[in-house]
Amino acid sequence: MKGCEIVIEALKKENVDVIFGYPGGAIMEVFDIFYQSPIRVILTRHEQAAAHAADGYARASGKVGVCVATSGPGATNLVTGIATAYMDSIPIVAITGQVPTAMIGNDAFQEADIIGITRPITKHNFLVRDVDDLPRVIKEAFYIASSGRPGPVVIDLPKDVQQASTEEKCPDSVEIRGYRPTYRGHIRQIKKVAEAIAKAEKPVIYAGGGVIISGAHKELRELAEKAGIPVTTTLLGIGGFPEDHELSLQMLGMHGTRYANYAMVETDLIIAIGARFDDRVTGKLSEFAPNARIVHIDIDPTAISKNVAVDVPVVGDVKTVLKELNKIVGEKSHPAWLAKIKEWKKEFPLSYETGGGMIRPQFVVEKICEVAGGDAVIATEVGQNQMWAAQFYTYTQPRSFLSSGGLGTMGYGFPAAIGAQVARPEAVVFDIAGDGSIQMNIQELATVVINELPVNIAILNNQFLGMVRQWQELFYDRRYASTCLARRKECPKICNEPKPGCPGYSPDFVKVAEAYGALGLRVEKEKDVVPALKEAIASPKPVVIDFVVEREENVFPMVPAGASLSQMMGGMA
Amino acid sequence: MKHTISALVENRAGVLARIAGLFSGRGFNIDSLAVGETLDPTVSRMTIVVRGDDRILEQVCKQLNKLIDVVKVLDFTGKEFVGRELLLIKVSCTDENRLDVASVVDIFRGRIVDLNPKSATVEITGDEAKIEGFLRMLRPFGIKEVVRTGRIAMARQIEKK
Repeated sequence: MKGCEIVIEALKKENVDVIFGYPGGAIMEVFDIFYQSPIRVILTRHEQAAAHAADGYARASGKVGVCVATSGPGATNLVTGIATAYMDSIPIVAITGQVPTAMIGNDAFQEADIIGITRPITKHNFLVRDVDDLPRVIKEAFYIASSGRPGPVVIDLPKDVQQASTEEKCPDSVEIRGYRPTYRGHIRQIKKVAEAIAKAEKPVIYAGGGVIISGAHKELRELAEKAGIPVTTTLLGIGGFPEDHELSLQMLGMHGTRYANYAMVETDLIIAIGARFDDRVTGKLSEFAPNARIVHIDIDPTAISKNVAVDVPVVGDVKTVLKELNKIVGEKSHPAWLAKIKEWKKEFPLSYETGGGMIRPQFVVEKICEVAGGDAVIATEVGQNQMWAAQFYTYTQPRSFLSSGGLGTMGYGFPAAIGAQVARPEAVVFDIAGDGSIQMNIQELATVVINELPVNIAILNNQFLGMVRQWQELFYDRRYASTCLARRKECPKICNEPKPGCPGYSPDFVKVAEAYGALGLRVEKEKDVVPALKEAIASPKPVVIDFVVEREENVFPMVPAGASLSQMMGGMA
Repeated sequence: MKHTISALVENRAGVLARIAGLFSGRGFNIDSLAVGETLDPTVSRMTIVVRGDDRILEQVCKQLNKLIDVVKVLDFTGKEFVGRELLLIKVSCTDENRLDVASVVDIFRGRIVDLNPKSATVEITGDEAKIEGFLRMLRPFGIKEVVRTGRIAMARQIEKK
């Protein structure tokens, strides 16, 4: 069998039924076999979108996402998508073409050392120099990507290896001596966790993306309910615990709820589950959780005691460990602690100002939640849109919120939504976007139209790169340097007062949608928000809704970068 | 503080780059690094001397372990081990002080491996304290060049598989 045929055989064996990709000279052999294979090929319009779509597919389905690109620029265009998946522990396999082995290192046409480039942003990568290694490499790639703490794996395939023949068969099992993830937590450590919970008076569970990756939402809920512990989630942990549950504190951190952050300050026991104490979560480290003992359950030993010293570490798969823990943890309630939290919730709810005639972006998010319902999949771009999507939508299901948390990649949401729609054709899928980030992969409108993927894009259009503008307003004396997307040549050099007479915005998103053959809607009044959302969901076409929103709305509450979680600013409270 | 780490790694192209990249990308400082094949030709041993406090050392070991191509990591901190380094040193010497150089070399059990009218090339192996002492004694003669292999190390006990 030829190398290119091995690729398709191995993908079939890994139950891959769809790939996202873009052909080119060095990967033509593989695409030639795809042409007649049952594997569906979604041709994106940019390789970056192929990587993000594979990532969105993986997040929405729990399966490994696959993207395929050519050598050189095709491969380097995947890089942002690979780094995004790496930071958020998402299993994708990226297959790249490479120049023939004899030409490697000679600066050949469309040659890039993609193995060198992606080394720090992959869980592992392979340059296949011998076709006999190929079946084993693909097996290992899928195993590495999807096991332990998942992550992206790159397979770089020189053209001559794709063309060469081998007798080797795709193996059924895999054995890598340097890679043996620990799934079962040490029972003595798990007992210590149960003891710590028994002693705690003000415990809080801080749950991250690991809960979703491991499929541990049921076990998490059981633990929280049994031991009476409130739960806050990270951005990536959203959906791991139902936000309509009375024990839910929703998201914590820089734009988390006040009650979640106050709970982190007051607590005497943090149970961190599949989370990594990111700086956007902890705020100022020296003042983080001053009174708390810290339990940390994570499959990745490097995540433990990296940023915050941990008292009780448990290395293991979250679901496996929680199952054991739930067997031995005592039933408990903390009426005084929960009463205090209830008070905070009442006093400091997530809220926003109303009135002023313009649509508030938070209102749009709330209405998407109401109209689309609990089963929808929400992808986000990055910035204010992402934070509002996290704050004002009530998530109850795992794998319903797809967002680039670690890398913070603008342009992620739309292609991720494509991946989600491919994975779950029946689901209502929204990309909640800003007018800045949607333009980073807007060419994918062609992909959704041609593949009849009814993705809905809700642009919260404030004509600004809103999050940076917010920081400029708060910390840079309102100097709106390069954040006004309506800015034109005739504007004064220094302008911090957007007003109705400002020059016209480009592009017209409705016309853009129509040019691609999607449905474009513009909404400028609050009363039109719900009808537009209903029309979008009912439409079999992809839809772009341009919500013209309050220009200088801010995301609150907010912990300024480097401040302690107790120093929250803004919001109604 | 200096720590000696010994890592068994797959003997494959690109593994050194992975490890070097890990150190630079995560801001760890390498004092020295020595690589060579083991009895098993598919496995190489890297001996890495790294500077940092206990927390950095713990992260270094964990991050190394996380690499797929790293089979095993041993941290020699607080353990009994033999550490050695090989140096080639070119030192100035003339007819007047050649015997003085030779006697210093002799005392430290080094060897003069090349000699010419203006300099001697000396070979020495030893642990860090011996090497430091030797260099201190040679310095007054004028050291022209030093080439060091970096430390290699072996545990005194037989390694458990």
